[in-house]
Amino acid sequence: MGNKHVNAIVVGAGAGGGIVAKELSVAGLTVVLFERGKWATYDDTDTDELISQRTTVLGNAYGPDDLRHRRVIVNADGSTKIVLPSEGGYNNNAACVGSGTVSYGAMAWRFMQEDFKLKTTYGHVEGSTLEDWPFTYEELEPCYEKAEWEIGVSGDDTQNPFAPPRRKPHPMPPFSHNKEAKLLYDAARRLGYHPFPIPMLRNSVPYGGRPACIRMRTCVGFACPVNAKCGTHNTVIPTAIETGNCELRINSIVSEINVNDQGKITGVTYFDDKNRKQTQTADLVIVSASATETARLLLNSKSRFFPNGIGNENDWVGRNLQGHAYTGARGIFEEDIYDDLGPGASVAICDFSHHNPGIMGGGMLCNEFIRMPYLFTGVRPPGEPSWGKRHKEFQRINFKRVGQVQGPYQEIPSFNARVEVDPVVKDFWGIPVVRLSGFRHEKDIEGCKLMSEKAELWLKEAGAVYTWQNVGGGKGLSGGQHQAGTCRMGNDPKTSVTDKYGRVHAVPNLFVADGSLHVSNGGFNPALTIMALGYRVGGYIASEWTKGNRFK
Amino acid sequence: MTNQIKLNRRRFIALSVVGAGGMCLLSRCANSPLSRWRFLTEQESVLLDALVEQIIPTDEWPGARDAGVTNFIDKQLVGPYARYQETYRKGLSAIRETCKANYQKGFEELNWDEQTLFLKKMEAGKMAGPFWEKGLDRQLFGLIRNHSMQGFYGSPRHGGNKNNVSYKMLKLDYPVIIGQNRYKI
Repeated sequence: MGNKHVNAIVVGAGAGGGIVAKELSVAGLTVVLFERGKWATYDDTDTDELISQRTTVLGNAYGPDDLRHRRVIVNADGSTKIVLPSEGGYNNNAACVGSGTVSYGAMAWRFMQEDFKLKTTYGHVEGSTLEDWPFTYEELEPCYEKAEWEIGVSGDDTQNPFAPPRRKPHPMPPFSHNKEAKLLYDAARRLGYHPFPIPMLRNSVPYGGRPACIRMRTCVGFACPVNAKCGTHNTVIPTAIETGNCELRINSIVSEINVNDQGKITGVTYFDDKNRKQTQTADLVIVSASATETARLLLNSKSRFFPNGIGNENDWVGRNLQGHAYTGARGIFEEDIYDDLGPGASVAICDFSHHNPGIMGGGMLCNEFIRMPYLFTGVRPPGEPSWGKRHKEFQRINFKRVGQVQGPYQEIPSFNARVEVDPVVKDFWGIPVVRLSGFRHEKDIEGCKLMSEKAELWLKEAGAVYTWQNVGGGKGLSGGQHQAGTCRMGNDPKTSVTDKYGRVHAVPNLFVADGSLHVSNGGFNPALTIMALGYRVGGYIASEWTKGNRFK
Repeated sequence: MTNQIKLNRRRFIALSVVGAGGMCLLSRCANSPLSRWRFLTEQESVLLDALVEQIIPTDEWPGARDAGVTNFIDKQLVGPYARYQETYRKGLSAIRETCKANYQKGFEELNWDEQTLFLKKMEAGKMAGPFWEKGLDRQLFGLIRNHSMQGFYGSPRHGGNKNNVSYKMLKLDYPVIIGQNRYKI
């Protein structure tokens, strides 16, 4: 029995795809929303650090699983290595309904105005593909606002003088600071910095029919036990399903975008929850599968019309893979400064995001999320042993005395940091897997050094008696949960994959709506920007469709 | 009636043995079907106890041995860490053979400081001789270090952190009660 033809297929029910599915189904389009994972719950992790999205050594509670998935990493010397989703090199994003928005730390940042015009602000950077976005912050602002009000954000930008202009305040008041953040807040004021509460996609008060946050320790890396964390799984995806126009198909992995003998896109091939190969036809396809998996799907969709994969005429699909180089410092205090009040991170400064001489971009700095016992075994000053009696003593004495400040440095895009598909290795379904290669830009480390110095200074002012830096941005491949940039937007088809509405150049009915679109990745956690792009792409398609445009 | 119960009990025991043996075949383990270990041999478990105790020693709080870290590693070796079975088997054998050749006794019989030195040598990749393939020393050390930390500081549901010992040591709430975040000793 074949599947009924629909207006639109959305591949991936994460931050971008969930929103596109809702925008389209509310506008009256029939939609099939594909998700390779399942519905996730708190019980999938319980309080278990070793399978949480933060550590994953014994597997990813929120997917994907080690049994069916693989990726290939190309090392500096050209040798390759097969990695599993539970290993760091895989650069995993959660595979479940809502994807990362189920288990994220839920920071709700708007990128700054400068982040949309890095090339204009900083000029050409040698060895980089740095470019301006094809639109300004002002053009995306209404989409940010929609994300904040429909998904739900707590915050107060009036305390952040560097915040970009906004028309409406956040819908919920900000969170109060925990003990560590209070110390850092006061210290930042003394240093002349401008501290403020981090905007969060979490309910500080009841909102959207869900309760307020109870400040659990198991927050980042875990689903919320009381449903106070706001993701697409508990907001827009249920709304989409309630319209009656959207069917969510879980445990279904899309393997290829189908092209007919006129070169037109007709739908997708996928493996259903019983691993049977199926076809779904549609007028439109929107790919929202994350920067690595979206690129993989486009590259795996080869035909005589698209011999190198769809959208890849100029070899830009999979290029410019970016994540964030996390950089900062740690400090030991004389007394307990950690009160275990979740989610931990609550105070931030934007004083080092833009306009700091000598570096490009920068990023926000904030205090760290909740400490996890196993992760903390790797938190030691240089020269401290990594095992033995002294290691155990350090763990016991300093678990609640180490303060941490860090931030995501905005990486300089590099053409050689890329996603390809491996010519040999295949996954459980026989689909060629992602192959990751290349390096961060060599100048990233300069920005990371500056941010780490400032973080160390901040900790010292807060009372840390012994401090050390952990400088990110070294030679290595980026990506991770903040992966972005592999199908970037642009006005010139020769140097980008999609137009400014996420439509793949020269393919009228194929769109991308996730972090792949980012031209650059901001000095902030990217979730809210991916959501805003979901509203932009989904909103554009819905309004054009209503006007009668069928994208033929 | 009594006969029936007896029969059933006998049959149950027989089935249990078959069951345990089956698990053993699957995990390619070398010990008897009634061993308490899933992958490790009895001899390997004694050696591993001594190794993990070096990584997290007993002080005023229990160490890795008493926290069941060997049990954690054994359990993972027939689960998510099945890919490390070969490294453990070869590496533990290399440690045993090296100690036999150099000290005429087992690693677990060396004194504390000798054991520490031995591990430091492994960590630095300085093991030589016929028992050590290139890189095996550092590789095995890395696994034992990380897996000990996971077994001691991770959730008890995986077979280590017996009686939540590390959570108590770190003054963390356990079990986590929703809406409450304090551990009282």
